[in-house]
Amino acid sequence: MANQNWFDFEKDIVELMDQLEKAKETHEMGKLDMTDMMATLENKIEEAKQTVYGNLSGWQKVQISRHPERPYTLDYIENIATDFIELHGDRQVKDDKAIVGGFANIEGKPFMIIGQQKGRNTKQRQLRNFGMPNPEGYRKALRLMKLAEKFNVPILTLIDTPGASPGLEAEERGQGEAIARNLLEMSVLKVPVICVVIGEGASGGALGIGVGDRVLMMEYTWYSVISPESCSSILWRTWEMKERAAEALKLSATDMLQNKLVDGIVSEPLGGAHHDPQAAYDSLKAAVLQSLGELEGMDPEDRIQERIAKFSAMGVVVDA
Amino acid sequence: MNLDFEDDDDLAGNGPKWYQRTWSGILTKTKDKKPTPDGLWEKCKRCKEVAPTKDWIVNHYVCGACGYHERVGSMEYFDILFDDNEFTEINANLSSGDPLKFTDSAPYTDRVVVAQRKTGLKDAVRTAHGKINGQPLMVACMDFNFIGGSMGSVVGEKIARAIDYSLATRSPFMMISKSGGARMMEAAFSLMQMAKTSAKLALLDRAGIPYISLLTNPTTGGVTASFAMLGDVNIAEPEALIGFAGPRVIRETIGRDLPKGFQSSEFLVEHGFLDFIVNRKELKKKVSTLLQIIWSQKQN
Repeated sequence: MANQNWFDFEKDIVELMDQLEKAKETHEMGKLDMTDMMATLENKIEEAKQTVYGNLSGWQKVQISRHPERPYTLDYIENIATDFIELHGDRQVKDDKAIVGGFANIEGKPFMIIGQQKGRNTKQRQLRNFGMPNPEGYRKALRLMKLAEKFNVPILTLIDTPGASPGLEAEERGQGEAIARNLLEMSVLKVPVICVVIGEGASGGALGIGVGDRVLMMEYTWYSVISPESCSSILWRTWEMKERAAEALKLSATDMLQNKLVDGIVSEPLGGAHHDPQAAYDSLKAAVLQSLGELEGMDPEDRIQERIAKFSAMGVVVDA
Repeated sequence: MNLDFEDDDDLAGNGPKWYQRTWSGILTKTKDKKPTPDGLWEKCKRCKEVAPTKDWIVNHYVCGACGYHERVGSMEYFDILFDDNEFTEINANLSSGDPLKFTDSAPYTDRVVVAQRKTGLKDAVRTAHGKINGQPLMVACMDFNFIGGSMGSVVGEKIARAIDYSLATRSPFMMISKSGGARMMEAAFSLMQMAKTSAKLALLDRAGIPYISLLTNPTTGGVTASFAMLGDVNIAEPEALIGFAGPRVIRETIGRDLPKGFQSSEFLVEHGFLDFIVNRKELKKKVSTLLQIIWSQKQN
């Protein structure tokens, strides 16, 4: 089994897979012919998967988006691009390890790829600050975007953050200003900007690299103004209402597309990218190249006007 | 608790000896109390100095004794800024939809109605244009008493339209921020107002029209991380709380108390994110002088 971390709501699938494993063992030992049994079990597993993954709640999708084996930004870069040249630093304070970026080719097409990076073990998580950027991370991202604009290279951002870092130093160095500046500057970048939420899209920390001509969400990700846990703690004064908060926030890719707050969904292998990372890489690469195809022929000024018009149309007001 | 008193009975009964009254009956009788009629006097929330209400109004709700800036709303700011309190409000009737059918302990629509009834406002921002010392100005001013000045679709849309007005008439734009951040009950719709308002400000920037951002107590969250920090000139009232993350969240994250004055206007000036701090009494003069230098005299 490739993946050792299962969620509670996947237990039906896990039980059937254990049974299949045992059946295989018995079969291989040559004691009994289990071919029929194995086929039945495989069918059952497929059915169980359809049932479980076809009816995921908002909170369950949030859990999948945080699965420890889910591909992160550098995994995607390594597997969808070639010739990645990572560039470091904001030229002012330091190099923020929670945001990575650099030039690369995707199927021979040049890109500037920028994304939040999480860590896989304790040491890496600390290094990457759990994917929570500081102001210098947003300023590095902006520097790289301006660099891409200068050399007429399209931009791809990969969003995966539990939020911008809420620390003492972040405030001292102007976390709010850094994010605000990116929102303003990204809205008038002359090159195509494609943004994809690949994991968690938490609030301003996500939007800080998320203003693009195409904003896509991978199937099992979330994007909202606040995490379900924090929403629960503010509205109900407890973290225990997170499931309800996740429903109320309508934060899943399908909800976000329905509300016209994102432009499309990138499909993932059933149950999440970690079940078959290669399929997720292929899917993301195809979506990015398709978006680029739609955007690259446009006049830069038209593209900017369309980008601003799209965000300007977001919101529901009543004039009465 | 381990207090070392001579007589333990004092703790249980009448309290320690140093705590006992030497004579009783010092309560003022109700008929001897002097009532203070509402609306005649105001007490400073900080130094407790009492002053006649008319003095507070003349002082723009700044305490004459300690300089404390009492929190006021769009009505007061329009009066402070616009010549003879003459202005034209735009999009005054925009109010909130409920795109997500959001319900926590009460439905969002109910909360909006309650806030509207309580404040007499439609939402947490009002936008108006008028003259400031003879110069045209478009002002968007937030109201904190409407759901904590939170930014939902209406706030974003009204600010966006105010910037559109500035672009169309080539008049400077001023934003007065006072907000706890994005409005959770509109979830991602609220979030996208940050992008919307910032994108409009990018257009204003490209058109070379001045944008002055005044940050007042408090300005936090998604408002700080969008339009509030994007002024050509960023200014703030004294001792306002300004930040991205709230103090409580930061305290919980770092696990210790925050330094004194952290996230105050003065702190932000020191760290380079504000141009200057302005006393409310000087606000109109400072803003109009600045506009005269960078804008108005070039328009004729």
